[in-house]
Amino acid sequence: MKSTNLTATNRIIVLICGLALLVVLFVPLWQIELAAPQYPEGLVLKMYPHKLAGNVDIINGLNHYIGMKTLHTGDFFEFKVLPYIIIFFSGFALLVALFLRTTTWLWSLFTLFVAFGIVAMVDFWRWEYQYGHDLDPNAAINVPGMSYQPPLIGYKQLLNFGAYSIPDIGGWIFIGVGIGLLTAIVLQYKHKKQWL
Amino acid sequence: MKKILSIVGSCAALIVLMNVSGCKPKNAGDATGADAAEKVYVAPGKYDELYNFVSGGFSGQVSVYGIPSGRLLRVIPVFSVDPEKGWGFSEETKPMLNTSHGEIPWGDQHHLSLSQTNGEIDGRWLFANENNTPRIARIDLKTFRTAEIIEIPNSAGNHSSPFITENSEYVVAGTRFSVPMDYENGDVPIDSYKKNFKGTLSFVSVAPTNGEMNVAFQLLLPGMNFDLSHSGKGPSSGWFFFSCYNSEQAHTLLEVNASKRDKDYILAVNWKKAAEYVKQGKGKKVKANYAHNTFNEGTHSATSKMKKETTLIDVRDFPDLVYMIPCPKSPHGCDVDPSGEYIVGSGKLAALIPVFSFSKIQKAIANKTFDGDYGGIPVLKYEAALYGEVKKPGLGPLHTEFDGKGNAYTTFFISSEIVKWNIKDLKVLDRQPTYYSPGHLTIPGGDTKKPYGKYLVAYNKITKDRFLPTGPELSQSAQLFDISGDKMKLLLDYPTIGEPHYAQMVPAELIAKNSQKIFKLEENKHPYVTMGEKNSKVVREGNKVHIYMTSMRSHFSPDNIEGVKVGDEVYFHVTNLEQDWDVPHGFGVKGNKNAELLIMPGETTTLKWVPEKAGIFPIYCTDFCSALHQEMQGYVRVSVKGSKVPISFSLGKNSEAADEVLKK
Repeated sequence: MKSTNLTATNRIIVLICGLALLVVLFVPLWQIELAAPQYPEGLVLKMYPHKLAGNVDIINGLNHYIGMKTLHTGDFFEFKVLPYIIIFFSGFALLVALFLRTTTWLWSLFTLFVAFGIVAMVDFWRWEYQYGHDLDPNAAINVPGMSYQPPLIGYKQLLNFGAYSIPDIGGWIFIGVGIGLLTAIVLQYKHKKQWL
Repeated sequence: MKKILSIVGSCAALIVLMNVSGCKPKNAGDATGADAAEKVYVAPGKYDELYNFVSGGFSGQVSVYGIPSGRLLRVIPVFSVDPEKGWGFSEETKPMLNTSHGEIPWGDQHHLSLSQTNGEIDGRWLFANENNTPRIARIDLKTFRTAEIIEIPNSAGNHSSPFITENSEYVVAGTRFSVPMDYENGDVPIDSYKKNFKGTLSFVSVAPTNGEMNVAFQLLLPGMNFDLSHSGKGPSSGWFFFSCYNSEQAHTLLEVNASKRDKDYILAVNWKKAAEYVKQGKGKKVKANYAHNTFNEGTHSATSKMKKETTLIDVRDFPDLVYMIPCPKSPHGCDVDPSGEYIVGSGKLAALIPVFSFSKIQKAIANKTFDGDYGGIPVLKYEAALYGEVKKPGLGPLHTEFDGKGNAYTTFFISSEIVKWNIKDLKVLDRQPTYYSPGHLTIPGGDTKKPYGKYLVAYNKITKDRFLPTGPELSQSAQLFDISGDKMKLLLDYPTIGEPHYAQMVPAELIAKNSQKIFKLEENKHPYVTMGEKNSKVVREGNKVHIYMTSMRSHFSPDNIEGVKVGDEVYFHVTNLEQDWDVPHGFGVKGNKNAELLIMPGETTTLKWVPEKAGIFPIYCTDFCSALHQEMQGYVRVSVKGSKVPISFSLGKNSEAADEVLKK
């Protein structure tokens, strides 16, 4: 079967998706908000494509009580490769919109993008599990059976801290891009049906 | 029947009498409006509308209150040692209390001035005077800490201080006690007062960028008592006004001997002209010896330098600098209204308030409408300088502040009240009693070009029955009034620290937004800083032992130290590694004849200890810092002189025997 060409509308959608991904390079992807009685203003850990930000030092200071390893941007190879992966997807989307222009290429882009999303979330969960369970046995606070893995998404109470994990601007853009690409695919099929 | 009538009659008479007694003046409880509670209530977690900086008097410190709640927010150590905070005890802060007489542990702090730009409060610094050993301090309002203290040479009783010019060019310092000058032989008979005793008015410049103070010049005047002062503003901004008493030049029983003359003076000083003369190199450089102490934010340490010279201007040599305005009955307060045109003098024993006019003073000077001279200084004719008198305001006016709506508020010590009057027509508008005998009062910005005339606080000199009794010694009371309406309304009584004299009030947002939360560790330039636990160590240099120590929730590093000997000078240089707001650590050593330390996040502070006997000395954190604060402790082993125990230090290295027990 010969691949059909993308409609003008869909090319614009894919173009916007490609440009939006460039924005992600400069904004945080994910955030974990922490709330405790002594921190009414809240503490936040922000994950950018290339670094950890927010109240990292304060959170590290508090985590030493439970023996959690301290968080440092340099300990995660992800922060080295993530910006390139995002640039890759942005470039791929722009290529599809401007030059490749076929349903097949759109499908490849979408499949790869979703696959990456799943791998990224699994990786995120893995780190959360590791930091939440790999605790110093000599820590001051040692609650038998207690681990401190923050939720992948949503809310969880960890001792005196409430942890709330949600996408940040970059994460929402990512989700938006996924939805945008899917929309383009659906529209493309509707368009094809009309002409058959 | 007659008997019954007479009983009824006498009952009626009794009732009438009771009603008559009900006509006696109402007591304090009645003076407070029904809505007072609502007006001063600041709900939990909410902030006050204003900061109120209050002088501590004989406490030597400055206290900070929230208004309208009257809640005490902080006491800032300034001139007196404060073992609680290590002020004057830590190696870093000791130089702040140095003077030409050596380190003085106490001060008498009377007046405060917030820095101004264009006649309005700019929220950068707070200046505080010290009366006893003449000094002026500058408090940095980012940290609420004393950043600088300068001693005033050729002075005694630094009372008319630290009033400020409208662009913070100068803060002033006038002598209450005239004395022989520092460069002269002061060993003279006291009754040679007229010949040998002099007064000075010092102008201390404030550097516009960093606030650093410098005694720019001193005006030399005849011996008498300079009392209070205020800078001109607007049209009168180049002038300063000082009240003075004891123009009788008495040196004993001043109560009688200094109250003989009907009028003393208010001095009008053309400071802009004086500054020009100094710039031209005029005036006499004289030898002096006075301390200038500065606290370096980068090194968290103070240094004290002795200055050796000052510039004196004998006002008799410069006839266009100073003029004297007669003012009745030993004037005290000397206050300038927001427009800069009216100068209010308050005679302590007077039953009227004279209001002088700046434009009339200028005219009188131009036309030489003089009434002779005093010690070579021209005296203006009273009527030629007078705008008018407030008639029958009360008895014993002391201080006046302004609301920016054309009204003045004056405290009356003897008749124990505050009187509101109109500046233009000099009519009394309202009077409210205070409990008891107010000294100073303050209105937010009440001595600036732009008062924020919503509240007034009176600082009373007599407390008596206002609070639950606490034996013979009572705290002094402040009283908050609502002055937003035509009538002043008493809202709140609250106790204070030391003896408040003058105070300053300022809308909170001007200060709160700049308030610093921590000291950044990476900016710590202390010579003995310990950047991280791995750098902690103990170093012996002769009989000095330097301990580079860190504190972090909830341990010190190191926390076991051996090799210290009796007679060693031990310096604990404790760096608080925390970088979160409100996580200070404390530090105390058993038996140390010194104070404790309170170390803020990112700060390094040093405690000296000279152990006098061998043994084990616990060290611990004194500020409940965390859930495991009680675990934040350690030991120092002190060995006898000549002992062979080497210097050693550790953290977390328990003895094998103890570990064995744990395993079982």
